[in-house]
Amino acid sequence: MSESKSLRVAYGEALAELGAQNDKIVVMDADLSHATMTSIFAAKYPDRFYNFGLAEVNMMGAAAGFAHSGLIPFASTFAIFGTGRAYEQIRNSISYVNANVKLGLSHSGLSVGEDGGSHQSIEDIALMRVLPGMTIFVPCDPIETKKAVFAAAEINGPVYIRVARPVVETITRDETPFIPGKANIMKDGSDICIMATGLMLTEALRAADILTTEGIHAAVVNFHTIKPFDTECVLKMAEQCGAVVTVEEHSIIGGLGSAVAEVLAGHSGAKFVRVGIQDKFGRSGKPADLFAAYGLTAENIVTQSKSLIK
Amino acid sequence: MNNEILNEKARQIRADIIKMLYLCQSGHPGSSLSCVEILMALYYKAAKIDATNPTMENRDRIVLSKGHACPALYAILADKGYFPREDLWRLRQIDSHLQGHPDMKKTPGIDVSSGSLGQGASIAVGLALAAKHKKANYKVYVIIGDGEVQEGIVWEAAMAAAHYKLDNLAVLLDYNGLQIDGSNDQVMSIGDIMDKYRAFGFECIKVNGHDIEAITEAINVPVAGKPKFICCETIKGKGVSFMENHFEWHGRVINTHEYNVALKELGVMTNV
Repeated sequence: MSESKSLRVAYGEALAELGAQNDKIVVMDADLSHATMTSIFAAKYPDRFYNFGLAEVNMMGAAAGFAHSGLIPFASTFAIFGTGRAYEQIRNSISYVNANVKLGLSHSGLSVGEDGGSHQSIEDIALMRVLPGMTIFVPCDPIETKKAVFAAAEINGPVYIRVARPVVETITRDETPFIPGKANIMKDGSDICIMATGLMLTEALRAADILTTEGIHAAVVNFHTIKPFDTECVLKMAEQCGAVVTVEEHSIIGGLGSAVAEVLAGHSGAKFVRVGIQDKFGRSGKPADLFAAYGLTAENIVTQSKSLIK
Repeated sequence: MNNEILNEKARQIRADIIKMLYLCQSGHPGSSLSCVEILMALYYKAAKIDATNPTMENRDRIVLSKGHACPALYAILADKGYFPREDLWRLRQIDSHLQGHPDMKKTPGIDVSSGSLGQGASIAVGLALAAKHKKANYKVYVIIGDGEVQEGIVWEAAMAAAHYKLDNLAVLLDYNGLQIDGSNDQVMSIGDIMDKYRAFGFECIKVNGHDIEAITEAINVPVAGKPKFICCETIKGKGVSFMENHFEWHGRVINTHEYNVALKELGVMTNV
């Protein structure tokens, strides 16, 4: 029984629900509350919502000030402006001092679509991953988005939640565990392991189905947490399958593919290929057309998988 | 504490700054000497703080956004008893809690880590807004430099401070007119800084930045519904004749001869 909802709406609803349980939650936005959907929280808790206008770097600094004052701020804008423009604020004002700030940044990846390459963050995971102490969640569906929001509030330190724009179908269940740092094996297999994150889980599962019809048994693992990274799962699945393909709506440099490569290098003889954005910028288009143009499809995962194990 | 005692303290703090920077052979003498009285007005007169309880919930928050001037802050914190004075002589050394720029995780009495210029101004806005949010009555003081106001984030922070009517926030400018590469006007003119802050919605006051009494009075001027800006006119390198008004002393290493001359001028015998 899958239900469709955009991750950003799930994010806004989760904030409002979390806000009801915890009065330390405050939400900040930079004039994009109707896009990040923090407007849902703002409508319910106007006294706990602060708009900082088009001033992302100040919003991040102020978020640190909120955290130093015992509050739990969720700062939201688009991923490109949060992780990009305000990078050094996140680095020095937040991460360096382990400030308890949550970065709920939406419109990540190519799936922003029509707004084009200037607004498509394809390097945000890389930027956040190199910061010591940063936790990174990349939810794959609305259910996981809500779990990521609640889990973030439980962590004492900075957390980046990578929220995507499109409406997607749910592929996990309410009872599916969401343990930070622990990948979920969504389908077991023995011939190849498809390690995916975020919206690419849907494509990964579809690829595994296609491969099954061709007699190839692919495992699918959901890396909803990129940091801390589940190295144990990577090594176990690499040994079990002997071949690994990573899939992400992000540059192949610095994201999930890099994280897996760092684990495998020197520790595994598994064959390995990365599906992702091949070191280039995005462009305007419908998300589905962009996914096709950049090889972020089940069909390309199938092609890459077969070339790896043949 | 009367003015005579404070002036004597200021002299001792300057000597401590010189000694700290001579021992570590790095750091920023001109910038540190410049803001001694601004920090003293806060730590000895105006701010509600307790050295025996550095994390007291209702304390005023002090942010040294121009974090490279932290030797002045460290000398004052040591004098106030936040940590032993001997710690000062390990500034910038491996395993010292006294980092090259203020570190709230390591040094008692530091409310906010700072030093990446402009960020302290922004964090201070968050602290002041959070105080309002919590209906707490403590105040937030942030000390910025005149080179620092060239950072865009300072103006984003100023806009937000006025928007949210942060009358619990005071921005104190250490206005010595010099920065690393030369004078403000040579590097990047900051224009009429009083007018700029006034235009952003601040209550603006100008004082002699080496007059503790005057700075304290300015801090205590009541304001309602808007943040305060105090332009403290200072002399970079104040107290050491050959450093005064020389931008080259922003971050120059002190040699042994200069060290001896500086301490003699400050009336302190060489004690290294």
